[in-house]
Amino acid sequence: MQFNTNLLWLIPTLPFAGFLLNGTLGRKLPRAAVTAIALLFTLAPAVIVAQLWLFMKSAGAPLSLSVASRPWIAVTGFQVNFAFAVDHLTLIMLGVVTGVGFLIHIYSAGYMAHEEGYWRFFAYLNLFMFFMLVLVLSSSFLLLFVGWEGVGLASYLLIGFYFTKDSAANAGKKAFIVNRIGDFGFLLAMFLIIAHFGSLNFADVFTKVSATPMTGGFLTAICLLLVLGATGKSAQIPLYIWLPDAMEGPTPVSALIHAATMVTAGIYMVARCHTLFDRSPYALGVIAIIGAATALMAATIGMVQHDIKRVLAYSTVSQLGYMFMACGVGAYSAGIFHLMTHAFFKALLFLAAGSVIHALSGEQDMRVMGGLRKRIPVTFWTMTMGVFAIAGLPPLAAFFSKDEILYQTFLWDNPLAKLLWAVGMFTAFLTSFYMFRLWFKTFFGAPRFDEHEVHVHESPAVMTIPLILLAILSIVGGWVGVPLAFGGHNEFEHFLDPVFNPTTHIVEHVATRNAEPILAAASVLTALLGLYFAWLFYYKKPGTAATLAERIKPVYNLLDHKYWVDEIYGRFIVAPLFIVSRYVLGGLIDTGIVQGSAAVATGTTRGAGSIVRRMQSGNIRSYAGWLAFGAAAVIAIVLFTH
Amino acid sequence: MVPIAYYLILAAILFCIGIAAFLIKRNVITIFMSIELMLNAVNLTFVAFAHMWHQVSGQIFVFFVMVVAAAEAAVGLAIIIALFRARQTLNVDNVNLMKN
Repeated sequence: MQFNTNLLWLIPTLPFAGFLLNGTLGRKLPRAAVTAIALLFTLAPAVIVAQLWLFMKSAGAPLSLSVASRPWIAVTGFQVNFAFAVDHLTLIMLGVVTGVGFLIHIYSAGYMAHEEGYWRFFAYLNLFMFFMLVLVLSSSFLLLFVGWEGVGLASYLLIGFYFTKDSAANAGKKAFIVNRIGDFGFLLAMFLIIAHFGSLNFADVFTKVSATPMTGGFLTAICLLLVLGATGKSAQIPLYIWLPDAMEGPTPVSALIHAATMVTAGIYMVARCHTLFDRSPYALGVIAIIGAATALMAATIGMVQHDIKRVLAYSTVSQLGYMFMACGVGAYSAGIFHLMTHAFFKALLFLAAGSVIHALSGEQDMRVMGGLRKRIPVTFWTMTMGVFAIAGLPPLAAFFSKDEILYQTFLWDNPLAKLLWAVGMFTAFLTSFYMFRLWFKTFFGAPRFDEHEVHVHESPAVMTIPLILLAILSIVGGWVGVPLAFGGHNEFEHFLDPVFNPTTHIVEHVATRNAEPILAAASVLTALLGLYFAWLFYYKKPGTAATLAERIKPVYNLLDHKYWVDEIYGRFIVAPLFIVSRYVLGGLIDTGIVQGSAAVATGTTRGAGSIVRRMQSGNIRSYAGWLAFGAAAVIAIVLFTH
Repeated sequence: MVPIAYYLILAAILFCIGIAAFLIKRNVITIFMSIELMLNAVNLTFVAFAHMWHQVSGQIFVFFVMVVAAAEAAVGLAIIIALFRARQTLNVDNVNLMKN
């Protein structure tokens, strides 16, 4: 089987063409045409990626394709091309982005059917696909950064899709600005890379790193700056605050951008640069700790949220924390594995939540849901798969991926390993608890909405079919990575071996292999424990949770206010910035110096002009007088200087 | 023999009278006459120097000046008549439509 590498160019440019078509003509086209354009230009890259898979299967050898354009930036001793490269890691990302992306596009056609600005929505969505595909395909830091910024832009546009709503517009701005902080780190990292390696191409940089036994401060600095970039994009401490607010966007956007693809860009980037990170144990430790802390913190906040989408948002932050932790302990393939399964089940959960919201005509508050199990059975069953998957119950997807992460963390060669593992286990318990809380509150018990007001209806097939497909993926998605201890072959990890140097594996010797079933059993038990508590609190004795919250009011308040992080940032970062901007930059510099110097310049000119202007009276006679005076003066000078 | 200085002083006086009249008077015809006066003051110096150096070129210049002055008078008087017909005034200060 052959594969024309020039087809790689088409993968991102097709969605871009869709964006251009819908963005320019969409306003005048009928909705069916807009839908057709958006779906076709997303399906086509998915087909190319499928072809790529087949080619990879038939080729056998480690996959490595690349295409490059003429130089994009070329100065003496430094050159960057528009260049794409595909290896196994990229292939997985491509599959997730195009596959899940296409399913979400289908779903959106139903979900957004009655919205204003239908064409605008799909134009943005295609634009997002373009940048995301550029991001995963790029073979240099610079082009990755182009995609990185671009998905940020698309995210901003889509969060603020309902731009007439103040909260949505503000959430968009928040996401953009918080991401800029991370991007700043990324930029600095790129400058350092140029300074030390003289190139931004992945291949050049990684070869140079591997070739020489380089260690030292600058590598750690590069890695930490890249981590800052990743914390922005992947919503980790300290920059996670934008993601929960991003739920202001339409639900398919939350599923596509803020769960399945864009927020995983940080994890992808860390995995892509693993050669750098492997040389800096310090940076890896920082990643692991950030990941574990984020996972725990977000999970605790998620327990007390009432908005169904916000629960899922905090859950996303928490799961991204797991992936970060996996990268931190050097288990990149486990991180990417979880990234993939998470894309399936979290997209499913968001879309199912969207279907619930749709059924209740826009209601997002779980306090006024309940009893929907029989009313919307397809949504219920698909969401159940998602909930069981994320809770980590076997044999669903996250059981394998999350366990792999916990197992690898347990075996990490670091004194912190057991602590991080314990944090991970506790987070798994919390995850199970808050997800089953959501499940019970939404689907069980008596309906808490006004049944005469709300006409509950199952979503149309265009929405339920993607749900069913994603539910199937959430069930079987983990089976590609069944570990040896359970009779599998850990195919996923071996699939990524060509990308992640196999020596970074933790060698699966007998003693540790025996540990794996025990650890897995423990994590299943914690998941069941979470299920039990959620069942007890929200099904058996619905009042229990409220009583408990009352009894530990300070703790509950702390969680309910999300640890006051937004308030702390507002007080200590945003407010001082405002003051500096308004009074120092605005008042002193702008009004004082810039406007002041301009006023001095204009004033001088105007004053001089008002004096000189009198000569130009427009009176012929006065001109004649000046003429005579001038002539007399010339004669006088000639006469008296001789 | 009258010294050259006498002629030059007379010419200067005539010229200054011309300038003064040009600057002060408002009537177009008077202004026109004052220009003629200045021209003739210059003519006088030309003739005086020509006589002094026994050179004919000064006198030839005078003819040129007189020809130009005659042509100017023809055109100028025609303009003045046209102006008077249009505006019923010869006061230059009132002929300022082009100003501003």
